[in-house]
Amino acid sequence: MAEAQPTQDKPTLDKTALDTTPLDTTPLDTTPLEETVLDETPSAKRPKIGEGPGRLLVSLYGLFTVAAGSRSAYQLIAQYHKAPLSYILSAFAAVVYAFILLTLIRGGESARRIALACCGVELAGVLVIGTLSIVVPSWFPDQTVWSYYGAGYLCIPLILPVTGMLWLRRAGQQPRPEADAGAESLPHARPAEA
Amino acid sequence: MTGVLTAVVSIAALLLAAWCGLATARDQPTKDWHLIGMAVVTVLALAQLVVGIVEIAGGHKPSGGTVIFLLYAVGAVLTVPAAGFMSLVERTRWGSAIGTAGGLVLAALELRLVEIWGGGHG
Repeated sequence: MAEAQPTQDKPTLDKTALDTTPLDTTPLDTTPLEETVLDETPSAKRPKIGEGPGRLLVSLYGLFTVAAGSRSAYQLIAQYHKAPLSYILSAFAAVVYAFILLTLIRGGESARRIALACCGVELAGVLVIGTLSIVVPSWFPDQTVWSYYGAGYLCIPLILPVTGMLWLRRAGQQPRPEADAGAESLPHARPAEA
Repeated sequence: MTGVLTAVVSIAALLLAAWCGLATARDQPTKDWHLIGMAVVTVLALAQLVVGIVEIAGGHKPSGGTVIFLLYAVGAVLTVPAAGFMSLVERTRWGSAIGTAGGLVLAALELRLVEIWGGGHG
């Protein structure tokens, strides 16, 4: 979690960063330097999706990235021919978890939207694979992370995307007060959106 | 790896989860005592890993595979410290909720470890 560095100390760097963006906005004093450089839409309205309840989600997504990732990596290496589809699906799940984890840590409006979309993919994956594992069990000689709706993982794979989406929606609707200062100068922060 | 040790780790993990859950319900962050509790649970999980390694060296073959057992046992040792670290970063009730999650995950890992160890006398 990068700390905010006031940008007024380095006006030249900030100018260079702004030139790469199509939006004609003036940088705010509270905007961290690295955000201005990296984010495609420089914004002070930056939902902190990885803090508070979000930190619990960061922890759980971290756990599942490690759990699904190491499990599928081991299975793909040690026993690939036993159930290739299962192991590849587990690896895919690990990639989705890792991506959501990164967007949560990264924060900001665009990361929030990407995370929301990925949670949708995750939920669809759990529902489709969970249903298939019951309807056509012969496709899955070995379990995936998403088999039986994640029952082997206390159904957390099913609960996680739902809570994730609820939290990301809430985090988008209620920006932190300190992020609101000067937000009216930004094109996508019009009150019409609310 | 004795069944007694596994049971002790599981119960300690669940107690930790409940204790942190209480802090979450009271809207409090984790305090020093919670972190000491996490350290105790971690030491127990570490003891389990060491005992497991000693018994494997002594000839026991975990029914779920030696590598799998070691991966899960190492994961069990790291779970609670990771939760403790996150609860130090998040100084709100949600940090305590992370402690609860860590305890529950360790308890779940213990169940899996018993399965992997197998052999009836585990």
